Amino acid sequence: MSWLPEASSHAGRVDVLLAGLVLISLAVLGLVFGLMFLNIIRFRVGSQMPVPHEVVAHKSWRFEIGWTTATLVIFFALFVWAARLYVVGFQPPAGAIQIYVTGKQWMWKVQYPGGQREINSLHVPLGRAVQLLLTSEDVIHDFSIPVLRIKHDVLPGRYQSLWFIATRTGSFRFYCTQFCGIGHSRMTGTLVVLNSTDYADWLDHTPASGSLATRGEALFISNGCSGCHVSGRYPPDAQEPGRAPSMVGLYGSIVPGPDGRPVRVDGAFVHDAILHTGAGRFPKGRYTTEMPSFRGVLGEDELAALVAYIQTLSSSTPPGMGALASPPREGR
Amino acid sequence: MAPMPGSERNYLWQDGTVRSWLLTTDHKRIALLYMASITVFFVLGGIAAALIRLHLIVPTGAIVSDETYSRLFTLHGIVMVWLFLVPSIPVTLGNFLVPLMLGARDLAFPRLNLLSWYLFVMAGMLVVYGLFRGGLETGWTFYTPLSTDYTQGRVLPVVAGVFLSGFSSIATGVNFIISIHQLRAPGMTWYRLPLMLWALYATSVIFVLATPVLGITLLLLGFEHFFHVGVFDPALGGDPLLFQHLFWFYSHPAVYIMILPGMGVVSEVVSTFCHKPVFGYRFVAWSSISIAAIGFLVWGHHMFVAGTSLYAAVVFSMLSFLVSVPSAIKVFNWLGTMHGGAIRLDTPMLYAMGFIGLFTVGGLTGLFLASLASDVHLTQTYFVVAHFHYIMVGGMVSAYFAGLHYWWPKITGRMYPEMWGRTAAALLFFGFNLTFFPQFLLGYEGMPRRYATYPAQFQVLNVLSSAGASILALAYVLPLVYFTWSLFRGARATDNPWQATGLEWRTSSPPPTENFAQAPIVTHEAYDYAALAQAEDATRRETPHG
Repeated sequence: MSWLPEASSHAGRVDVLLAGLVLISLAVLGLVFGLMFLNIIRFRVGSQMPVPHEVVAHKSWRFEIGWTTATLVIFFALFVWAARLYVVGFQPPAGAIQIYVTGKQWMWKVQYPGGQREINSLHVPLGRAVQLLLTSEDVIHDFSIPVLRIKHDVLPGRYQSLWFIATRTGSFRFYCTQFCGIGHSRMTGTLVVLNSTDYADWLDHTPASGSLATRGEALFISNGCSGCHVSGRYPPDAQEPGRAPSMVGLYGSIVPGPDGRPVRVDGAFVHDAILHTGAGRFPKGRYTTEMPSFRGVLGEDELAALVAYIQTLSSSTPPGMGALASPPREGR
Repeated sequence: MAPMPGSERNYLWQDGTVRSWLLTTDHKRIALLYMASITVFFVLGGIAAALIRLHLIVPTGAIVSDETYSRLFTLHGIVMVWLFLVPSIPVTLGNFLVPLMLGARDLAFPRLNLLSWYLFVMAGMLVVYGLFRGGLETGWTFYTPLSTDYTQGRVLPVVAGVFLSGFSSIATGVNFIISIHQLRAPGMTWYRLPLMLWALYATSVIFVLATPVLGITLLLLGFEHFFHVGVFDPALGGDPLLFQHLFWFYSHPAVYIMILPGMGVVSEVVSTFCHKPVFGYRFVAWSSISIAAIGFLVWGHHMFVAGTSLYAAVVFSMLSFLVSVPSAIKVFNWLGTMHGGAIRLDTPMLYAMGFIGLFTVGGLTGLFLASLASDVHLTQTYFVVAHFHYIMVGGMVSAYFAGLHYWWPKITGRMYPEMWGRTAAALLFFGFNLTFFPQFLLGYEGMPRRYATYPAQFQVLNVLSSAGASILALAYVLPLVYFTWSLFRGARATDNPWQATGLEWRTSSPPPTENFAQAPIVTHEAYDYAALAQAEDATRRETPHG
């Protein structure tokens, strides 16, 4: 099965799994059709074959338990195999390049950490971990890249993540695979995998209005975030410094989540916290005021910039550029 | 048509007025009313499918606009699921056969039965009104927020129609459950029930337990639409994934509504045409019940890429593998039944064997989608389309045709033309595979479903699929023609033309309005062919001319 190229080692592993599934299916189909035809040949009314006298009915229990157990064992093995491969998709490696992808009826908007933007096209470097932060401005879409054998639904009002390491240069198609209205089939684009020099070249020659984090910093001031949140360079102008949590070192730290359980602050967390504030969502703790929701105030482009900026305030995580990060091993 | 001499006493001709048909409480007549209705909807959904396949022979789309295409597949999905597949076997063959197989006079609640048909017809008219006056482009799944905020189509009448059809399903389910509990003939113990009734019982349990969830979901959808209460819409503070959870909590069990009755039919047909009791009767019976039970616990496998938690995905994947075990048990038991039987390859048996083969393909490709990592690649592509058509069309429609041919002599008192029947069965099998097998490959290559236009590299497989669809269409039209012909010209059927064991074969063909001249008493297990032969010997000795 190789007429669809494999552009990552994960794609290779999925293909091996698929090949395993195909082999098991062929074996079962062979058994079912084989037995059916054998039975027809031997036991058809008017068949010339001698019919054996001992009928298997008295062994029925042994047969039932035999094929039930065999089915269970095979299925459980398949389940474990496929689940282990899937779990990997939930663990993006540290230092992945973060690219923001926003779906709207009917196009994909892509924003890079360096401030470059494009539509219906996604450029990534060869051999480097890339994390896509996906969100939608309207309905549910789905970002699907067949050559990488991955996809994920793209929901309005929250971030979803997909990550991969491309291992083959070239141009490949990506699609929206969740029906999103009458322009659904036009919502496709091209994934371009470039080697590192070509990629650097492409970044240099694509116009960018300041890096994503720089834009985020400007938004952080202009929207009044800096009035309450400490962010290093901009101390809050209020007299009381404890009005809101500090943004310094927040990204990547562990904080109590909406349901009280500890969660690690990532892009999705920051994005959701800006949009879904309000009574009951976060424990107010020692702070006296509650943050207003920025739903409808900030667009997804701006949210991406803010998330990128807040990342730069944590020294532990590289600011999405990840220029020095060595490619981690995909999976385990 | 004038009543034929000597046939005034059967249910078809007892009283021929339109009024007597529209106000009938006879389960056999209601079954025929239903049969006529779902045939109309099947033709409607089939025409939509034909237009879809015709459109897709060219990458840029051959005949309609993107908007019309979206409306066509929405119509195809909604009509085929709720107005054909869900009711199909239960309300037609089930309605006709449950009392006959139980040895009863009618269902427990004959008037409720008639009411369910009226609800169904109203539901169908609402849906068709919505789909034609305005159109709808949401797909049959009505995912929010597309269906609430971003569509110009007539969501409301269609959703109201689907809501109403749910009550029709619930009425049928309640009727079957109570009838099977209460109306079994003397001697008809649970383990003497034909396997068709076990399957219909399991189906009814799903009707009664799952359909209300669909009703609630659709009500919430209307609530949000009219009163702007945030339930599913993130802009109002709702959660779009909640809709998917609720929708699939109904719609996955509904998949088993659409396949369990088919399994029941196949158990009957395989036993009869092998002239041998079903191998592992109790395993087949209980596998129906366990499919219905586990079927409630697997809805999350529709949402592996939707943004649910890792933990949920792993659990739902495991449960999805588990639900396929009882199906495998059934397949092996049917093969065991064939072993050592006296196999006759009449039309119903050909359809039943087609069912076994195509259902197995559908089930095995289900494993590809229950497996997490491969599901991520294959879901929402044509692979899924092919997979569920193998179950719904290859499985359920084959089984429906198997049942229709098998019980046609009992229902109408006429035989269908055997040669044409076998031809149609073979055409269905080959046409179906040619239509849907290429779609597995398209899905692996990444072609998304619900695309009105597509990249040129997918054209060859799409043309193959469309070519298969034209053969499939022929396989549907043929039975429509020869069944109609047989109503008037078919050879007279005897009471038990297949040498089958069920109680329905002990009464005349077609049965009298009151089903049995004498209330039957059951003294043997189901599928006891030795007892049947003895009984026939006895009758022959009593009436030498018989």
